[in-house]
Amino acid sequence: MSKATLQRRPLVKQLLENAGDDLLVIAGLGSSNWDITAAGDRPLNMPLWGSMGAPVGMGLGLAMAQPKKRVLVITGDGDMLMSLGSLATVATQMPENLAIVVLDNEKFGETGNQATHTSPRNNGPTDSGAGTDLAMIARGCGIPDATTVRESSEVADLVKDVRTKKGPVFRLVKVMVEKLEFVMPPQDGAHLKDRFRQALLGHP
Amino acid sequence: MNASATPDWRDQIFEVLQDHDVKQVYHVPDAGHGKLIEACQRSNSMHTLALTTEEEGIPLAAGAWLGGQRSVLLMQSSGVGNTINLMGMPKTLRFPFLTLITMRGDYGEFNSWQYPMGQGTPKVLEAMGVLLYSVETADEVKATVDAAARSAFNGGQAVAVLLRQKLIGIKNFGKK
Repeated sequence: MSKATLQRRPLVKQLLENAGDDLLVIAGLGSSNWDITAAGDRPLNMPLWGSMGAPVGMGLGLAMAQPKKRVLVITGDGDMLMSLGSLATVATQMPENLAIVVLDNEKFGETGNQATHTSPRNNGPTDSGAGTDLAMIARGCGIPDATTVRESSEVADLVKDVRTKKGPVFRLVKVMVEKLEFVMPPQDGAHLKDRFRQALLGHP
Repeated sequence: MNASATPDWRDQIFEVLQDHDVKQVYHVPDAGHGKLIEACQRSNSMHTLALTTEEEGIPLAAGAWLGGQRSVLLMQSSGVGNTINLMGMPKTLRFPFLTLITMRGDYGEFNSWQYPMGQGTPKVLEAMGVLLYSVETADEVKATVDAAARSAFNGGQAVAVLLRQKLIGIKNFGKK
């Protein structure tokens, strides 16, 4: 497989461009959190600082509670690997307003870029994985619209699908391994939750 | 299982959940919660979700609360062990969380494999900052679940109700 060329920061910025009150965003811990924050911190972002494996479940609970809003989950391959079963649970509900984007750099970024299971086999003694295909897993779990994006020419369609296509939409995006600046949102979980609810519901 | 002696406490739990406007119900298959789960599945006002692991119920509850809905996680004591790390979310985000737990490895349990997690259940929940309520008799179920729901949804706490094995009946796999 050819090396990834897409860069996560400008990609996430495009995904969130002109985000209004109808777009509710949950990001997994680590790089995905910094990515959505670099695109512009906003009350309707729920960036996680922990709780690995939680974003897809949170997105599903939120999508069911707010069927008229678009819910976008952005997370990484390591986080997704920790909660594969949540994709099957999403498939039991088939929420039309839920999109899941997995930024797959084939690394556990927070712990020092060790290979995840999505890394290819026979990739050297310390960087080998299993070539795990998360889009295929999503389809296997019962989410039919689950595809992989590798090229910059596919990004416009990716943005359109993630923002507007009837869900559940699952997109695996192969991204480069990069060393990027930490752009951090507020850390206090209760504050993040309260500001989200204030913006969405008009009360904390 | 001796369900006929306590015919209605599961129906009472369903009523309490409805009274508290619970909209999302998360569960894994469970004999003890079986009748309640079916009542929730038949309800027009509730979304009932089967999970692949109990752990999923906590971020689901967080997401539901972010979106303005109340939820409940129904599980067995063995499932509590699957939730421990994410059981920190209600404390970190400070959102109301209610879980109803049918106990195994608790009272006359025949299966030795159920004891470690059954006996560990109250301790790990307490360690994660979850408030514990416990029910051993059918006539206390309704008031206890109601109080737990108030502590959760009005008081903003993470609350677990332990439905003790004495209440549920000792699983005997058809043996008398």
